Amino acid sequence: MGEVRHVANPPTTSTAPPPPTPAPVPAPTAAPVPTPAPAPARRTAFAEGLDKARAAATTEPGRLRIIGALLALLVVAFGAVTAWQTADRAAAADDVLHKSQPLSTAAADIYRSLADANTAASSGFLAGGQETAESRQRYEEDIDRAAEYLVTAANNADPGSPSSEAITKLNKLLPEYKGLVERARTYNRQGFPVGGAYLRYANQKMQKEMLPAAEDLYKKENQRLEDDYADATPYPWAAIALGVLALAGLAWAQHRNYRRTNRVLNHGLVAATATATVVLLWLVIGHSVARAGLNDSYEHGVRSLNVLHDARIASLKARGNENLTLVARGAETTKVTADGKEVTVDKYDHEFTSEMATLGKGLAQAAKLADDKAGEQPVTSAESNMAEWKKRHTAARGQDDNGNYEQALALVIGGKGATGECFDSVETNLENALAHEQTEFRQAAGDGLDAMTGLTVGAAVLAVLGAAGAVLGIGRRLSEYR
Amino acid sequence: MRARRVRAGLKGWGGVGAMAAFCALALAFVLLLPRTQSPDDGSAGLDGPGVAEGHQAADAACKDKDAEKLTLSPSAADGDTIAAIKARQGEKRKLIVGVDQNSYRWGYRDPNNTTAALEGFDIDLVHRIAEDILGDPDAVQFKAIPTNQRIPAIQEGRVDMIVRTMTITCDRLSDVAFSAPYFKTGQQLLAPKSSKIKGYDATLADTKVCTAASSTANTRLTEDRDAGRIPKSVNLDTVVPNQLDCLVRLQLGEVDAVVTDGALAASQAAQDPTVELKGDPFTTEYYGVAMNKDADDLVRRVNRILVEYRASGWQASYDTWLSATLGTDATTSKPPTPAQYLRES
Repeated sequence: MGEVRHVANPPTTSTAPPPPTPAPVPAPTAAPVPTPAPAPARRTAFAEGLDKARAAATTEPGRLRIIGALLALLVVAFGAVTAWQTADRAAAADDVLHKSQPLSTAAADIYRSLADANTAASSGFLAGGQETAESRQRYEEDIDRAAEYLVTAANNADPGSPSSEAITKLNKLLPEYKGLVERARTYNRQGFPVGGAYLRYANQKMQKEMLPAAEDLYKKENQRLEDDYADATPYPWAAIALGVLALAGLAWAQHRNYRRTNRVLNHGLVAATATATVVLLWLVIGHSVARAGLNDSYEHGVRSLNVLHDARIASLKARGNENLTLVARGAETTKVTADGKEVTVDKYDHEFTSEMATLGKGLAQAAKLADDKAGEQPVTSAESNMAEWKKRHTAARGQDDNGNYEQALALVIGGKGATGECFDSVETNLENALAHEQTEFRQAAGDGLDAMTGLTVGAAVLAVLGAAGAVLGIGRRLSEYR
Repeated sequence: MRARRVRAGLKGWGGVGAMAAFCALALAFVLLLPRTQSPDDGSAGLDGPGVAEGHQAADAACKDKDAEKLTLSPSAADGDTIAAIKARQGEKRKLIVGVDQNSYRWGYRDPNNTTAALEGFDIDLVHRIAEDILGDPDAVQFKAIPTNQRIPAIQEGRVDMIVRTMTITCDRLSDVAFSAPYFKTGQQLLAPKSSKIKGYDATLADTKVCTAASSTANTRLTEDRDAGRIPKSVNLDTVVPNQLDCLVRLQLGEVDAVVTDGALAASQAAQDPTVELKGDPFTTEYYGVAMNKDADDLVRRVNRILVEYRASGWQASYDTWLSATLGTDATTSKPPTPAQYLRES
């Protein structure tokens, strides 16, 4: 740039173009400007201060003081607002990564564990005789996991929030449910059908009270995740505007300085400008990178996770209904309209069909959302498991409709070739897909959060430095009047 | 810029998608729940459109104490209904029978029995009927029917017959046809041994009593409470799909007593040594096989089978299943012999 360094001119011979206000008032000492004689009546401090300021503005040192104060204020305000807004966003981004997303996953896992425990219990009952070691173990593991996730959820829920209400409810119902299942087991061992009645009661508790509460919790946590995203990603416009304003103010002050004194560089003001520029650039770039990371984590993580969770829940519900079709043995029916005619169909089988449709849609959507091979592969596998499941289910229904209950039972809960096999495969594949998307989410959101690292503290420190620079720079000019 | 557009789109569609999914779910629940309930409502209306037509003469004269006599005389002749059952092909050539899978020793699945077969006193009778009609005692498709679904299941043709500890009453005779009685019982009260309840009397004051939905017990208790035969303070709000669910509620302390048929109450008592039958049966009732009102040939055939069954088979089945809970002497449980057939058409 133009390295034209003018020799310092004495302030009295200011050759700057005439400013709007009549400037050249020689004032040897700035402060004790002769003020008008105090009015006989005492005036308010504010009015006096105003008068003083007005009087000060008439002298160059006075004006310089005001400019210095305003510049420092502007830079400090810029730093403070930046620190505040980025702290907010960083906290929200941190919540996304470490709180709301894990919680939304925990809530989905609570639902899954509960539904799976119930299915395992009813399968055990269906098997006739006594439940197998596997179904028992599965049930116990599910209950343990549900209890574990409930603690995680409870630790992170705000007291008195709807989420904590749902958690309390589930915490109360879980031992109740387990008690009913234990009784069912005991009576089953003795060969009494009242065991089956206990299992029905437990199932009713699960379907009517626990699963709705778990679903509620899942929805609430998902909403919280959405809210955190909404808090973390908007541009910090107030900080950006203040930054631009501070830079403009600094530029104007330096321009004014140049016009008045012909001096191009004032170290203090340059330092202030540099720090303000750094903060502004850091803010805009850091935030943009963070946003990109967060948006990526939403698009490639959360969206896929939501779809996969929903698909998993549908698959669990379908399996539960498939079992209940055999437990109830036609006891529950529902009316549906097909081809304009109202027909009575088995309630559980009907629900199985609709849950399978939901599962199919969910898997198709998940496949579309999957953005790499590793994410797509388990979803495609799950889709083929589902197709096989449907095929086997049709065969099982055929047997049951023909009154071959035992054959139907073997096709549903038997070992090889049963629908249970397909359900387990769907579960495993969905679990893999979920793990993959979870990793993707964590990576992207972590990158986003990292981009915000230090921004808050950095902005605050630099702003203080910048303000100091502005004050020093103006002070340097001021000292020339002494 | 691009990032912002993508994000905006995402946020929008992600949110909308999630909301839509939840809305759909909620809607599905809202739509499905009333539907699943509707059959229950249907069974409550006992004076359905079917009442007027049919056997008016019999209905008009029906008294509950003689209801069991209102059936057709036995005959082995095949009619339309039996012909239709026999015409079922291949795997489907089975008698479709509504039974209970929760009545200990009547119709239940023994959890310690490795096959999933249902067994009990009712089930024996079903096998006997299937053997007679289709020549194979195992040519049966069992359907588990809750108490309040017995009549709709017959009316909608979901089952050929119901053999499920079903009491013959005048109300039910206006909806379905019954065979001659195959068992005699009466309503009885079941309560914990330690309970202050002594029987079907004033000791029931301020207690909660459980009954099965659409059961004889439920109807009778409601009538008796309204008529003041039992204390007004008896709470009858606990109504469950199946009499056995009452035992669960009793054990959990949600109710103080259970009222059901004596035969079933004895089955409940057999599953829990801390409860017992309180007082004597306060009604006399008969179990019959329920069939469609128009299935005259089937009713006659079942009545003929029952004549034979009472002579040989009934006692053996009783000894196997019921002597342990109802006593070795079957006299009080035996249906009147010979049965009366007062229904003309």
